[in-house]
Parts: sequence; C-alpha cells; structure tokens
Amino acid sequence: MKFGLSWFNIASLALGFLFLYLPIGLLIIYSFNESRLVTVWAGFSTKWYGEMLHNEGLLNAAWVTLRVAFTASCFATVLGTVAGVVMSRFGAFSGRTLFSGMIYAPLVMPEVITGLSLLLMFVAVALDRGFVTVTIAHITFSMCYVAVVVQSRLHTFDRSIEEAAMDLGCPPARTFFQITLPIIAPAVVAGWLLSFTLSLDDLVIASFTTGPGATTLPMKIYSQVRLGVTPEINAVCTVLVGVVAAGVLAASLITRRQEMRRETEERMAATTA
Amino acid sequence: MAPQRQPADPADPRHETRVAFVSGSTASAGPLAGLHARLLMVPPYKMLADLLRRLGFSGRTAVIAVPYLWLLAFFLAPFLIVLKISVAEVQIAMPPYTPLVSFVEDGWIAFHATLGNYTFLLDDPLYLDSYLSSLKIALVSTLLALAVGYPIAYGMVKAPRRWRFALLMMVILPFWTSFLIRVYAWIGILKKEGLLNLALMNLGLLDQPLTILNTDTAVYIGIVYSYLPFMVLPLYANLEKMDLSLLEAAADLGCRPIKAFWVITVPLSIPGIIAGCFLVFIPAVGEFVIPDLLGGSETLMIGKTLWSEFFNNRDWPLSSAVAVLLLLVLVIPIVLFQRMQERNAQA
Amino acid sequence: MSEAGTLGGAARSGSSAARQRWAPWNDPNEKPHVQIVGVTKRFDDFVAVDNVSLDIYKREFFSLLGPSGCGKTTLLRMLAGFETPSEGQILLEGEDMSGVPPYRRPVNMMFQSYALFPHMSVEKNIAFGLKQDGVPKPEIERRVAEVIEMVQLGRFAKRKPHQLSGGQRQRVALARSLVKKPKMLLLDEPLGALDKNLRTQTQFELMNIQEETGITFVIVTHDQEEAMTVSSRIAVMDHGRIVQVSTPGELYEYPNSRYVAEFIGEVNVLEGRVAEREGDHLLVQSPEAGCAIETGPSGDEPQGRQVWIAVRPEKLVISKEPPPPGTRNCMTGEVWDIGYLGNLSIYHVKLDSGKMITATQANMARLIERPITWEERVYLTWAPSAAVVLLN
Repeated sequence: MKFGLSWFNIASLALGFLFLYLPIGLLIIYSFNESRLVTVWAGFSTKWYGEMLHNEGLLNAAWVTLRVAFTASCFATVLGTVAGVVMSRFGAFSGRTLFSGMIYAPLVMPEVITGLSLLLMFVAVALDRGFVTVTIAHITFSMCYVAVVVQSRLHTFDRSIEEAAMDLGCPPARTFFQITLPIIAPAVVAGWLLSFTLSLDDLVIASFTTGPGATTLPMKIYSQVRLGVTPEINAVCTVLVGVVAAGVLAASLITRRQEMRRETEERMAATTA
Repeated sequence: MAPQRQPADPADPRHETRVAFVSGSTASAGPLAGLHARLLMVPPYKMLADLLRRLGFSGRTAVIAVPYLWLLAFFLAPFLIVLKISVAEVQIAMPPYTPLVSFVEDGWIAFHATLGNYTFLLDDPLYLDSYLSSLKIALVSTLLALAVGYPIAYGMVKAPRRWRFALLMMVILPFWTSFLIRVYAWIGILKKEGLLNLALMNLGLLDQPLTILNTDTAVYIGIVYSYLPFMVLPLYANLEKMDLSLLEAAADLGCRPIKAFWVITVPLSIPGIIAGCFLVFIPAVGEFVIPDLLGGSETLMIGKTLWSEFFNNRDWPLSSAVAVLLLLVLVIPIVLFQRMQERNAQA
Repeated sequence: MSEAGTLGGAARSGSSAARQRWAPWNDPNEKPHVQIVGVTKRFDDFVAVDNVSLDIYKREFFSLLGPSGCGKTTLLRMLAGFETPSEGQILLEGEDMSGVPPYRRPVNMMFQSYALFPHMSVEKNIAFGLKQDGVPKPEIERRVAEVIEMVQLGRFAKRKPHQLSGGQRQRVALARSLVKKPKMLLLDEPLGALDKNLRTQTQFELMNIQEETGITFVIVTHDQEEAMTVSSRIAVMDHGRIVQVSTPGELYEYPNSRYVAEFIGEVNVLEGRVAEREGDHLLVQSPEAGCAIETGPSGDEPQGRQVWIAVRPEKLVISKEPPPPGTRNCMTGEVWDIGYLGNLSIYHVKLDSGKMITATQANMARLIERPITWEERVYLTWAPSAAVVLLN
C-alpha cells in the first residue's frame, strides 16, 4: 500500500491547478493580441498596453482605488488587531456574543446586503458619498478579516511569554506593545495585505457606497465589460495580476528564506550545545 | 557575588517591602501610568477618574469599546436602517422614500410605515422564485466545489513536504488576484465563439458550438471557480492535521485503501467540509457579479434582483425588503457559522 | 551577608553538625518568609487546591511534589500572582498579597517552557526585568554581565533563543529570573525537558546558586528523586491537599501514609491487623506477610485495627538459611526475578501468600558464584524499628 502520491492524486492536483490558472493564463496571452477580438489570435502586439496608459478614466480609477485601499487597510489593521486581541484575550464580557457575531458575520455576508445597508445609512445621516464613504465601508468589512487572522495567531501564541514579562515587572498594556505585538507582527502584516487585496478587488460594496469622483478600478472594469470589451481590459488585468503575483511571490520567498535560515540556526545550536 | 551592595537586598532584614506595593508606583509603571499617578494628586482629575471608574470605564472597557462602537455604527446600525426603509414607500424625492416619522399640523407626529413591500414580494412569484433559485444554485455550486476541491486538498496533503508550501501558494495566488478579472476571463472561454468551443470543435468533438454562457451552467462554473480557494483551504487545514498512523493501522487490520478513505479519512475531515461549505454557500446565495456576467436573463438570483431593483428601478424600499428577507433566510446559517468559529477559537 | 551567608553555606557544606542544626521550621523564634493560609482555588466545580496551609522559611529550597493534576502548579501560580485564591491568603514577609498583580510582586518565576522572548537576544532577555524597574543603564549592563557569568553563558550573550540549545535556554531563563534578586524564586518543573545527565548536573548547579544567592527557592516537580536531591523540605501533594511536609530524610524514613511511602522511592507495604500491644510496640498479624510482625516503638492502636507496615527494600535482609521457627518479621518465598545493577542486586521475591516483595542488597562479595539464584527459597527478615506503621 502506497502512502505517497497516487495517479489519482497527481491527476487531481494537475487538473485542479489547470482549472484555476487557465483563465488567467488566457487572459494574459490575449492581452498581447494584435486584433480587437478577444478570441482570435492575430499576432503579437503591445498596443493595448499603450492605450491603457493613455486612458485617463482608467488611470484615475486606479489611483482612487489605491488610495482607498491603502487608507482602509491601515485603519482596518488597527481596528482589526484590537478586535482580535479582545476576542482572544479578554475572556467573557457583557455583550461578547454580539461582538463576536459582528466579527464573524461580515466574513460570509453577501456583499449586496452590506453594500445596500451602508449606503442607506450614509443617506440617512446625510453623508455625501465619495472617497470617505467607500473607505469607511471597506474598513468595516476588512477589519473583520484582520480580526480573525490576529485572533487565530494569538490562539497559538505561547501565553507563558506574556506571563514571564508580567512576572518580570511589565504591566499588561506595556507587555502587549513590547512583547506580544512584535511577535505577532507577521500576522498583522498578513492582515494588512489581506485588507489591501480585498479593498482593491471589491466591486459590489464600492458600487453602492461610492460617489461621483471616486470611481474605483473594479467599477470601471465592470462598466467596460458590460459595454463591450477590447483587449485593453486584458492589459489592465494582466498588469494587476502581475503586480499582485510579484508581491505575493516576493513575500513568500522572503518568509521562506527566513524560515530556512531559522531552521539551520536551530539545528546548529542543537549540535554545538 | 555580594548581594549586600544592592539596594534591594533580599538578605537585608530591614528591606521594606511596602515601598514596592504602593499602587501607582511611578518607578515601575512606565511613563503614561506615572503621569496618571502624578495627575491623580490633582483634585479635579481625581474626581473625573473616580467618576469614570464608578460608571464602569476602565482601560479594558476603552479597548473593547473602540472596535465595538465602530461595528455597531457601521455594521449593525445600517441593518436597522434597512429594516426601517423596508417599511417605507417609494416616492420621487431625495431620499426616494417616505420618512418614518413626520410632523403634521397641530404638532401631531405621524408614523408612516407599511408592509406593502413585503406583501408585494411574497405575492410576486418572481421574487419567491429568485430566493429559491438562489438557494438551489448556491447549494449545487457548494456541492460541486466540494467535489472539485476535496481531491485537490487531498492531493496537497499527500504531496511531499517540500512541495506543500509551493502548492499552498499556488492555491492562494488566484485569490489575491482580482475576483472580477477572473470571472471576466470565463466570458472569453465560455461564449459561443469562445475558446472552449473553439478547442472542442477543432478537436472534432463537436459540430455545433455549445451554449454555455448566459446559462445556469456558466454560473455554476463561475461560482465554483471563484470560491474554490475558500473550499480548499479549510479542507487542507483539516486534512493536514490528520494522523496518518490511523490509515496505517487500518491497513494493518486488513482494510482496503478505498474503504479506509471513506470510513476514516472522510468522517475525520467533516469539520473541514462543513467550514468550507459554509464559506461557499452563504455568500453564494447573495452573489451578484457572477450571475450578472455569466448568467442569462432566466438565471434568477436574488443578488441580481436586489441590484436591479435598486439601481435600475430606484425602488429603495423594495430593495430593502428584499435584503431583509434575504437576511432572514441566511440568519440561521450565519449564526451556525459564528457558533462554530467561536467554538473552534475556544478549543 | 555575614551571618546569613554562613548559615546558608553551613546548610550544605561545612560541618555536618551545623547542617543538621539548620532547621528554621523547628525554631519557634523564626518567622516564616512565606505563609500560605487556608488557600483554596476553585475552577468552576473543580477544586484544584483544597485548604492548603504552608509556611516556607527564608533560604529554604522548598519542593512541591506530586503527580500531575495534584494542584502543585496552581499553588505555584498563586504565589506568583497569576491566579487568585478563591479562599485564603498568601503572605510574603507578613504582607498580604491579595490584589497584588504579578508585575508588582518581588517574586520571580522560571517557567517550564522557559518562555524566552524570541525576538530579543540573551542579553536583552535578561535585562528586561531590570529595564521595567527603571534601573540605570550602566548598572543594568553590570548586573546582566554578572549573572551571565554565574550561569556560564558568556559566549552566547548576543544570540537569540532559537540559536541556543535546550540546556542553554534553560540557563537564560534562570539568569533572567535571578537578575532582579527577588525575595523568592519559583521554578515550574525546571529540569523536565533535560536529559538525565544534564538533569543531575543542573540539580547541583541549582543548589549552588541557591546557596550563593541566599534566595528562597520554591520548586514544583513530579520527580521524587529530584525533590529528594535538592530540597531542604518537601511538601507532598495529592488532589489539591498537602499530605506531608518534611525533610527528605523524614519523608523517606517516616512517611505518614501509604501515599507518601509509595510515592517516594521503593517500598513494600504489608497489610495486617493489630493483634495486641506489647509494651511500647505492637504485634501485628499479617496473612500477606505470612508471619507475625513486631513493630518498632509506636502509639496505641485498638485491637483488630487495620494497619500497614512499610518496609524499604534495603532494610530487608535476604538469606537462604531458614531462621528458627516462630521468628517474627520473617517472610519466606521464592526468588522470582533478580536485577543485577553492579553495586547492588534487586530481588523480586514471591511470597507463599502470592505477594511480591522487593529487596535490595549491596553486592559485598565479588561475583564468583551467585549466592542466591532464581527459584530459590529465601527468607526475608528485618529489624522491628526498620519498618513504619501506617494508619492510612
């Protein structure tokens, strides 16, 4: 009986990843298509990238999206980390069930509901829709993802380290900032990246909560998709995919190298004891 | 080592322990707390601090309050507003609905609320069908996602350790790229002159192009594709923790591998299955982008309905009612999901 | 330092007379350093610590000994301030510690998992406690260097915890908890993660450090050998209660119950009933032992009372010669198993009653021919005062 990979395993992995990456791959290939048609290959050309760079509407939308994503991620990370700490360390307090419900529900809530409800609230308090409202909306759902990431990291955190700090004279608040936070920093950073991606990617909630002058890139792409596409869209998509992929790969390579260096050091320490 | 030179000499019988225990001892408490301790000697500050403490405010409460208040204001309160507007009537005004409370002559307050939207929804078969259809499509997609995702997760767990990290990255990477883009890519593949038909016809497997785009099938493919990482990751996390020696024990006792899979592996992976299904099913019910881009006009999904009621018909009260009903339909799964997460977090 | 130092020093090295004299728990003029008064700790329905009262004196190396779940770690954590007693008080030098959080107690703890700060170097780890107290920088550096010398980690000062081996990490943890010169040092199973050789070596190092610094040590362990080696006194715990508090010698030779007798070292327990009182000792009938048992001097017990006689293996004399018939304190059986340890031999003897007895004997003669061998009939005798009468 083999416990390694069977043919079935290899096939399912291969087909699975093919399924995941084929559409993206085709998208990238056809961004270099000479002709206007998205499906008939007419030769290699980078003209759509040129067109994309001249499309002011598109570039403005991209800039807005980046600003919203950055601002929202920073706030969401702070709020989400606090929420994660509360969920993980504060034990029982009155109103905890509601709090935990409000943290987990947005993770699965259909976006149309969150978007609609936030818009209606903004209208009810007569808040003009635009950059601020979109950002508030993004902060609200992103912070829940950050909270979950931070909470799960704290779950596996060795509490005796915090106890040791307190035993040595460090009050709880200072312990958090000097000891806990530096150690869970990677999880907090991961939370930031997650918020950034979610914000960058969001169409539905942005459509509900944004206003004139704050059109986001996904909204722009969506409207163009409905109207009729040129490979310019493919070009935009390729650039986005490329940037994100590069970022993710870089991050994972760095983490990997750090981990491997750490493992080597641990092994060396064990032998030279 | 001569302890007697140090001020805090434990061997010195005259050492006063009292000093260290004074609450607010500035030396050991850090700059902010030290400032607080010194300010406490100023009467007005002290009175304010005592009052706040009596009202139940402490450092701890403040920390809980910050995210709590935000979520109350921007997550919970909006739902209450949706509820309020769902009992209003549409009118040509800004905002386009009747107010709940208005002042009429003689200083009387008039309440204006109607269940008209709800009765409209429940009478019109379109909406009922939309809800049912959404549930059906979400359920079928979830099961398909499970069928596709489980072998992938299982393969990842069986793969040699050195590959695991790379495989994990490869599953996550699409998630980090734009959702919209990935759905859009499928348009190009599934349409009549699309790449799928092109490939199948060139291979001689088809004479006529298949109509997949703008049907329910395209929606299934789209949902499975977009939500696949949400199914694979919890499954992988669960399967990874499984003890392989259980399978070895089964083999030792004469159990064939296929049977061991169904009798041991699958039951142990049920928590992962459930988590994955929740993460796919609940949002899929209210999904908008996928049915809009990939589905046809006969594809009824409640997310699409809500969107068009809001943006095309500008009927805010009706959309609110749609949202409220959708929330009611989903509240049980959402509560179950939250309970499950809490329980896992406490474990 | 003078008097205190010599007392502490004399407790271990120096004249044996002085060593035996050092027993502050027997001195009515000595006031205890730590007093645990009627402390109970409940977690929901579960009672972890049940009405425990204990006095620990200055400069003791005190052990809390017991199996897992007996409440010793909970008691230690209450001393540190990480748990608050549900009932009772803890007094440190007469000061009530209720409401004093761990970061304000002059007590430091060495954790079982060492709990080193992974993002700080060895030096920074050790300096951490001093920084919290606002000690000026040059003094911090001096004290840290001092204590690094004491635990012999000079070469590793700049390394981070993951670059150290288990034994080195343990020293860092120890140094970190010592540098603040606490009144009391709490150690939670400090030697559990070390292998046997390192453990023995570290035991003696700990004793030396305790002697030099004069700090009161309270250690939690489930390893009775460890407790016996290092302690001035041991508290044996069972299900949240203290069963006996004594010096290692007293615990070994005068256990107060079967629990303690069986927990510490090897012992043979013979069940019997009081037949009659003879002068200052008792006569006990024991079908298990297959003979009448004469005890050492003991109190008066009613006839027919169930008692247990505890005899340590090394107190049994094993012989192939049958003693005169009617001899008391004489058991007979067949040798079931022999363990040869070089310096001594362990004999497992199955009595006629079926009970297994363990007897050890030093190998006085060179191994030319084994005097006693398997399945031989042997006779085990012991002096009446070599056994203890246990009432529970």
